[in-house]
Amino acid sequence: MNLHASPSRRDTILYLDGVSVSFDGFKALNNLSFYVEVGELRAIIGPNGAGKTTMMDVVTGKTRPDSGDVIFNGGTDLTKLDEAHIANLGIGRKFQKPTVFESQSVFENLELALAGNRRVFQSLFFTLTSVQAQRIDEVLETIRLTGDRAKQAGDLSHGQKQWLEIGMLLMQEPDLLLVDEPAAGMTDAETMQTAEMLKRIAGDHSVIVVEHDMSFIRALGCRVTVLNEGSVLAEGSLDAMQADERVIESYLGR
Amino acid sequence: MAPKRNFLSIVLAETGGRVLLGLLLAAAILVPASNLLLPEGSFLHVPTYIVTLMGKYLAFALLALSVDLIWGYAGILSLGHGAFFALGGYAMGMYLMRQIGDRGVYGNAELPDFMVFLNWTELPWYWHGFDAFPFALVMVVAVPGALALVFGWFAFRSRVTGVYLSIITQAMTYALLLAFFRNDMGFGGNNGLTDFKEILGFNIQAQNTRAVLFSLSALAVAGGYIMCKLIVSSRLGRVLIAIRDAESRTRFLGYRAEYYKLFVFVVSAMLAGIAGALYVPQVGIINPSEFAPAVSIEIVIWVAIGGRGSLYGAVLGAILVNYAKTYLTGAMPDAWLFALGALFIASTIFLPKGIVGTLPAFGTGKRRGQKS
Ligand SMILES: Nc1ncnc2c1ncn2[C@@H]1O[C@H](COP(=O)(O)OP(=O)(O)OP(=O)(O)O)[C@@H](O)[C@H]1O
Ligand SMILES: [Mg+2]
Repeated sequence: MNLHASPSRRDTILYLDGVSVSFDGFKALNNLSFYVEVGELRAIIGPNGAGKTTMMDVVTGKTRPDSGDVIFNGGTDLTKLDEAHIANLGIGRKFQKPTVFESQSVFENLELALAGNRRVFQSLFFTLTSVQAQRIDEVLETIRLTGDRAKQAGDLSHGQKQWLEIGMLLMQEPDLLLVDEPAAGMTDAETMQTAEMLKRIAGDHSVIVVEHDMSFIRALGCRVTVLNEGSVLAEGSLDAMQADERVIESYLGR
Repeated sequence: MAPKRNFLSIVLAETGGRVLLGLLLAAAILVPASNLLLPEGSFLHVPTYIVTLMGKYLAFALLALSVDLIWGYAGILSLGHGAFFALGGYAMGMYLMRQIGDRGVYGNAELPDFMVFLNWTELPWYWHGFDAFPFALVMVVAVPGALALVFGWFAFRSRVTGVYLSIITQAMTYALLLAFFRNDMGFGGNNGLTDFKEILGFNIQAQNTRAVLFSLSALAVAGGYIMCKLIVSSRLGRVLIAIRDAESRTRFLGYRAEYYKLFVFVVSAMLAGIAGALYVPQVGIINPSEFAPAVSIEIVIWVAIGGRGSLYGAVLGAILVNYAKTYLTGAMPDAWLFALGALFIASTIFLPKGIVGTLPAFGTGKRRGQKS
């Protein structure tokens, strides 16, 4: 089923093998297998309903697969773990519909995402260190929200919420970032800035980005996986994908 | 970097909170002073029955605080908080029953009257220890806390939220209502516990005792406010607000929402228990009617009217609504439930953020309430 030779699981940050998920008989993921290497930036494209978001749901513990393995960092099976556990292993996620904590400030949103102990009593007695405050300042800079740090997150524009959510991802210091449609609702300029942002982030992390915007994917300049009807249709460079008969058909056939 | 935050700057951060703490401290001193020191004819004299009435309102205010802590900040709408209040009240009532000694109608030093009436010969095991005040005080918080821990553990771990959670909290208090109605439970059946004589050796009816109970109630509300304020101002408080606004997002950040909810639910139940323990010696009775589902719903209405998610709003709501209740049940006894319903509907339509969320005088510069 694999389109290319299996790597040793050791070098993969994420390894999906034969993952299937069905909703009331409808197969949202159908024997899906692919892997992403440590430090890689990977784009995932595919028509609406291809299963891109469902794949992220499976990886982050929101949805349990009916069958298949999801191996993180060469050894941990994620299919038995819950959301909080998986997050603490080092997987961060940006949702398709931007989800930030609307009634709290930009700064507080980032502080909540700050890597560290998440236990109840530690939270009760937590005080921000200057190193941590500096880290928040850096991320504010990266996501271009320094001037809006005190603003309520609910008052941000759609694009700024997307950035804030990416910033929250960074604060978590995850090994793997799953980014679902970061450019949705952004202007062209913002879209390009976001691509730059993700490329910079990819230097230190493994990143999987789902997007429909082809100019954005092109700007990322990375390997592309095409999903269709719950499994991998093709994988390779964006140019190769755009020339691929099956890929063209899967988009146009709808 | 944010300015360094210390205890006082957190507790006194908001105008509403400063006013509340100031009023409570002033009341704790001035009301008993006026009652005990000024002659009865004096214009400024506060009669004893008013002292006790206000003490009761303060117990309700503490109860309202406990509900606002979970509903306003963690989005847990408990419609069963009357149960925790009543359990705290029963724990205090059991102590007060034991203080009656042989002064009951049957003159039995070993058993409360209602047990003699039921032809019981021995004190049930769970009544042991309640002769001692410190033991009773521990039970005042331990029993509601333990119930909240067990209930919350199952509910939050199974991710029961929203209206489903509200419904099972109603079921919880209703089940306790039925249980406490039974004579063989050993809590006095539908009559409950009453005819108290003394607390710590002081006559419970005496003017001095009433004054002290009032002061303690005022201080308890102040203490409760300070504790809740510290909790909601901590990082834990911000996690709670995050859970309230987007629970699943919080989980994807790595927080175990169920433990955070459990913590605050247990703290809240304990506060409600303390409120019940302050209420019982002042009104002189605790009976199963406190477990009635309608009682718990009323508490939520106080908070909604006062203003959810500000703490001092809950205190204001509890006192205002109960003052109105006292007035109306005197003037038009049958009208109260309708008035309460009308008040609730009017407040949701005209004051969706409650009194403190609407009046600019209470502006804090930074509201943490939900956006519509
Ligand atoms: N919880 C669910 N219950 C039922 N069906 C679902 C559920 N989640 C997803 N689906 C279905 O599974 C299929 C895959 O959905 P998914 O959201 O993964 O697609 P996607 O590739 O992310 O699409 P888009 O590009 O529109 O975001 C869709 O047909 C969707 O309707
Ligand atoms: Mg999607």
